[in-house]
Amino acid sequence: MPLNKDIKKVLVIGSGPIIIGQAAEFDYAGVQACRALKEENLEVVLVNSNPATIMTDEMIAHKVYIEPLTLESLTQIIKKEKPQGLIASLGGQTALNLACELDKEGVLKEYNVKVLGTTIDSIKMAEDRELFKNLMLEINEPVPESAIVSSFEEADKFYQKIGLPIIIRPAYTLGGSGGGIAKTYEEYEKIVNIGLSQSPINQVLVEKSIAGFKEIEYEVIRDSNDTCIIICNMENIDPIGIHTGDSFVVAPSQTLNNKEYQMLRSSAIKIIRALKIEGGCNVQYALNPTSNEYYVIEVNPRVSRSSALASKATGYPIAKVTTKIAIGYNMHEIKNAVTKKTVAAFEPAIDYVVTKIPKWPFDKFAYGDRILGTKMKATGEVMAIGRTFESSFKKAITSLEDKNTGLLNRGFECLSNDDLFEALKIQDDMRIFRVACALYRNFDISAIHDVTKIDNWFIFKIKSIIDLYKQLETCHLDFNLYKKAKECGFLDDEIIKITGVDETIIEKLKEENNIKACFKMVDTCASEFNAATPYFYSTYGEVCELNDILNRSENKDKQNIIVLGSGPIRIGQGIEFDYCSVHASWAIKNNNYQSVMINSNPETLSTDFDIADRLYFEPMNIENVMNIVEKEKPYGVMVQFGGQTAINLASQLEKRGVKILGTSLSSINVVEDRKQFEKLLSKLEIPQPKGIGVYSLDEAKDIDTNIGFPVLVRPSYVIGGRGMQVVYNQNELETYLNEAFKFSNGHPILIDKYIEGQEAELDAVSDGYDVIIPGICEHIERAGVHSGDSISVYPAININQKIKNKMVEYTTKIARELKIKGLMNIQFIIHNDIPYVIEVNPRASRTVPIMSKVTNIPMVDIAVNAILGKSIKEQGYKTGLNKKTSLVCVKMPIFSFQKLNRIDPALAPEMKSTGEVLGVDYSYKKALLKAFIAANYKFPENKQRILVSLNDHYKKPALDIIRGFYDLGFLIMATWGTHKFLEKNGVPSKMIEKFMIDKLQKRMKEGRLSFVINTPTLGKDSQRSGFQIRTIAEMYQIPCFTSIDTARAYLEAFRYKEKNYKLRYRTIDSYRKSFFDFFR
Amino acid sequence: MVNKAYIIIEDGTILEGISFGANGTYYGELVFNTSLVGYTEILTDPSYAEQIITLTYSEIGNYGVNFEDLESEKIYAKGLIIKNLCEHESHYKSEKKLKDFLIENNIIGISNVDTRFITKKLACEGSKMCAITTQNCDFDEILHKVKQYKFPKDVVSYVSTRNIIKYEKNNPNTIKLGIIDFGCKNNIVKEILKRGIDLTILPYNTTSDEILANNFDALLLSNGPGDPKDCTLIIENIKKIIGKMPIFGICLGYQILALALNAKTDRLKFGHRGGNHPVIDLRSGKVFMTSQNHGYKVMDENLPCDIEVTHRNLNDNTIEGFESKKYNIKALQFHPEASPGPLDASLIFDNWVNDIINKKENIYNG
Repeated sequence: MPLNKDIKKVLVIGSGPIIIGQAAEFDYAGVQACRALKEENLEVVLVNSNPATIMTDEMIAHKVYIEPLTLESLTQIIKKEKPQGLIASLGGQTALNLACELDKEGVLKEYNVKVLGTTIDSIKMAEDRELFKNLMLEINEPVPESAIVSSFEEADKFYQKIGLPIIIRPAYTLGGSGGGIAKTYEEYEKIVNIGLSQSPINQVLVEKSIAGFKEIEYEVIRDSNDTCIIICNMENIDPIGIHTGDSFVVAPSQTLNNKEYQMLRSSAIKIIRALKIEGGCNVQYALNPTSNEYYVIEVNPRVSRSSALASKATGYPIAKVTTKIAIGYNMHEIKNAVTKKTVAAFEPAIDYVVTKIPKWPFDKFAYGDRILGTKMKATGEVMAIGRTFESSFKKAITSLEDKNTGLLNRGFECLSNDDLFEALKIQDDMRIFRVACALYRNFDISAIHDVTKIDNWFIFKIKSIIDLYKQLETCHLDFNLYKKAKECGFLDDEIIKITGVDETIIEKLKEENNIKACFKMVDTCASEFNAATPYFYSTYGEVCELNDILNRSENKDKQNIIVLGSGPIRIGQGIEFDYCSVHASWAIKNNNYQSVMINSNPETLSTDFDIADRLYFEPMNIENVMNIVEKEKPYGVMVQFGGQTAINLASQLEKRGVKILGTSLSSINVVEDRKQFEKLLSKLEIPQPKGIGVYSLDEAKDIDTNIGFPVLVRPSYVIGGRGMQVVYNQNELETYLNEAFKFSNGHPILIDKYIEGQEAELDAVSDGYDVIIPGICEHIERAGVHSGDSISVYPAININQKIKNKMVEYTTKIARELKIKGLMNIQFIIHNDIPYVIEVNPRASRTVPIMSKVTNIPMVDIAVNAILGKSIKEQGYKTGLNKKTSLVCVKMPIFSFQKLNRIDPALAPEMKSTGEVLGVDYSYKKALLKAFIAANYKFPENKQRILVSLNDHYKKPALDIIRGFYDLGFLIMATWGTHKFLEKNGVPSKMIEKFMIDKLQKRMKEGRLSFVINTPTLGKDSQRSGFQIRTIAEMYQIPCFTSIDTARAYLEAFRYKEKNYKLRYRTIDSYRKSFFDFFR
Repeated sequence: MVNKAYIIIEDGTILEGISFGANGTYYGELVFNTSLVGYTEILTDPSYAEQIITLTYSEIGNYGVNFEDLESEKIYAKGLIIKNLCEHESHYKSEKKLKDFLIENNIIGISNVDTRFITKKLACEGSKMCAITTQNCDFDEILHKVKQYKFPKDVVSYVSTRNIIKYEKNNPNTIKLGIIDFGCKNNIVKEILKRGIDLTILPYNTTSDEILANNFDALLLSNGPGDPKDCTLIIENIKKIIGKMPIFGICLGYQILALALNAKTDRLKFGHRGGNHPVIDLRSGKVFMTSQNHGYKVMDENLPCDIEVTHRNLNDNTIEGFESKKYNIKALQFHPEASPGPLDASLIFDNWVNDIINKKENIYNG
């Protein structure tokens, strides 16, 4: 069917903030969708609460609403915009759930909005466990024995019938949160109860555990003509039992023969035909490793994380084709974007192996529970492409950006054989390294298989990497061995370390035998058709396909600039850097250079081959980057847009003679080196908190006299304030330092005076002389909470003009002194009207996308232009601080604690949030309320009790807040000390025993506790009752304020909400126009 | 110590790899297949007779070889070229290592080859002849022989059955189908037997009289290797049967039917070999994925008016199926029996069986 002519305007729902289980893949999908719609001259209206995304750029859609994703906001937007169609299948579970709600409430019917693509009925059929199970039985597709239960009594009946182990999956939750496998009755009871409370419809599915089966996925697309194609299938190296988002995955499947491959392929097609899916979808299977018995595990009736992976793994643009199908096209009518000759109705053929490895946040949460199960814990993922499994797998391990790039020496060497064997049973993020260690010690393959259930094929393949490692250890490094090691994915650095040979020998081997990385294209068709995809990966010992392409005149006539991406999404380095990388790439093109992108993250838009002139899917490691540099011979490399990952490569690049474009390496070093930075600020007469950098415990002896406690301690060269802490005495300091020196890698530990003041930050662009500052943000939480975890407000309301002028003056001074070219972020603490500079980041920051959007100053474009020689004035911008806009925005951090066990949700100098939302309006209070709503805080009319437990430091400042909540009608429960304090100050409260955790838990579960205010006492001891209360609150999704400033903001928002003003929703550009313009 | 092996292509390109099969020197047509799985089926498909197969997927041998998956009793291809050989296969059904299977069949296998380079070459420059050898000998001499090499015109005779094979239940009501074996894949036979049909497999050179004497309800011309135009005697034979019973054709059988109906065939630049070829049924507008293996096509030019094109390839728009209502002929270029490849087209066997039943009923009723 050709394009549906009734549709002129389409509403696209985004996926909201980045949380574990819903990351950048939906920005990638959403942008592809918007572009595909615009190609058809349709008007695109976009709603998303996530300001760090590229999709919320005004150039992506015709109308961009950065507003909360709620039934109420979408209803109003639909009423106003009157779109004929709605696309919900590209915005993750969030968009899908919203579309279902809009349908249920009759909104779609009332305003005559058609759900494009997969219909609501199909979505419900796939998502509702009971309906889905019945459909599967009807079409004769096997599902594991299961029951839907709404109470533990029902679950118990199922247990009596089936026995343990049983898998528990709550209905309608993200990334399977709240689920798990129960091996004991106690576990079963606990997980079922948590699942019931987390499911929005109070339902969980309990099912027979088929742990140990192969886990296979198929990415399928269907159109309204009933054409079905498989984009690719994938095999989890970890068998059933570990969430696919937490599994090592390869594409295509490796251990299936033709019969099994086709059996599951036919089943997947049968299922999506029965569900009448129109667009991309994902079917997961469990396949018995010793028979052709299989079970259908799950269907995602939408584009998913796996779709992004499949798109990058094959070059097939799933989201784009899904969008075209949604507006009425069939696949045989859509041109193949890769070959430009054939059509989209075909199945990609690939001639390489793709490996995906999750990136977990356990390096930040050292005390977190690393055990993997049915609940996803990874924040991001890396992907690598190689011609063989060995090289693909090895490259993927390198892409993790761990200090150690190899499979061995991961800290298991000290274990005895017996202990190592025992440890193989632990199903956590390190298991593959334990397997590698076991293989190094010649453990029996079948013994490893028996414990891990990992297919022998994978174990043998990993063994071949280990065997080569041993060869390198023992044999003379000649040409053949070196070539073999390179083909297997070993880095030169690793080879040098293993063999002990000198670097010059490696250079000689390379030179004399011409062993160089060569590049192959990802083209969807295994080179059967002549493709023009500028999408490459490296391999060794083969013919390089790049030379011909680089010699083409359209490529030869321009100089190349490389943009380094930011690798996998992790806490502290999120989607904002992808935003910056993509924009940098576009800006480079606009400056008449060719842009070259290097990145390892399959979820992102930057790794869409449509963005840069050439894309290299490679590890962000110096050797891999240099291989590309040698081919591309770039004019220079931009490192300031890819976060710390890219910055960390700068010095190694410069050492090898590569030009770093923008702020120079020496300037980067000045701000990252404590001593130089301190010197710089004193030279410029800029106030800074007193502090030192120490290399040993000895140097930290006189802190109390020199600086004075409390102090803020942190390692230098960090991402997201990893390992940062406030300490109050010498004892705590020494404990911290002993731990920190283990990981500081020769860099100093920084110790600063902790000033408990107003935090503020700004982003600036400099051309080396002038600066442009779109705006200054202030933080709601006082200093001591990481800026990424603070609520921040633009324009700053509590900072007077005099201080602002100072901040601008300091910014200009620093920019001129360091000759900053490009982006820069500065953090301040304001205390007694003095702005102290606490941090300068000579690179893109978390707030660049937000400031660019709310002020309409395209910071990355200006930065790239400045780097390439156009001054800010030449670009036509006014220098200095930009005039305040009429809008107010409030950025609110979003956490994913529900997915991570044993993590203290308390705010601290160390960043913990995974994403953010933005509330925008004309007034602070409205924007604040919207931000809370977008962050899923509730403002119940029925006010229950609240629990308050404060440490001594915060009792006094919190008094008016507690009283405020009491006045609103909340009943206060308080722990002993807090109760006494409140009593003394005339605020009635009921005292509770700190240790009555069970009672509290029951109250939370039954919804009889509205929220918790709990300021933590120091220490990471998970036995503390405060810690327990906080984690339980997280579990039941009950807000828990650990900073009284956040609680005060919530109180303000609550009071405003009580006034019942109606919130209105507008596009971001209409907010920017003056409030009065709006009525003119 | 690893043994080396070499590929000498007619344009003078010489590639080195590691030998993992039999020893010797063989000549043949160099082709590539893009299937991700199914190397056992591909190797034993008689249509690959005299060809040297390059597999584009880079990890091969992963699940070993099991005899259930064979498409004929042996390997008819002349050689196998791959990127990475799996030394330790892992599959509960595996009965043999791929390596040993090749050695037993006396077939050369070469691994560690830049298979993508070969594929690109064939796709850009068109199909090529080549030699593969495990001997490090005089390449000039071999190259000379490659240039001289002609693909055998009687290749069908190498692969066809020598004897008549019957699968009968002796029930008077069952449909009787004859297959003329030009190199028939096992799965065609399995698909037909699955539908409860009496089957007789005849050698390629069975005369028209002998065929007619069997009183089949319908005839199926199987797949097979080589240039259909070389099958002159077969074509003459088929011409005599046309119109006398329903005839179906697959692959070479389809091409022979086209030639018998006076259509023309031509060589494809580099053939269609893989499991991802999109085909549209022009009557229903439905699109499905097919398994393909052919180097020749039926030409659009000079198509006789009693041939109706029913299927086309969406990649290059070549004809993939036709029907002649006048003569009761239905034929397909692609492989509805799959094996290896997607099972999307297996319904076609049901349609054919229904056709035969309807035809039979018409005869009895009319």
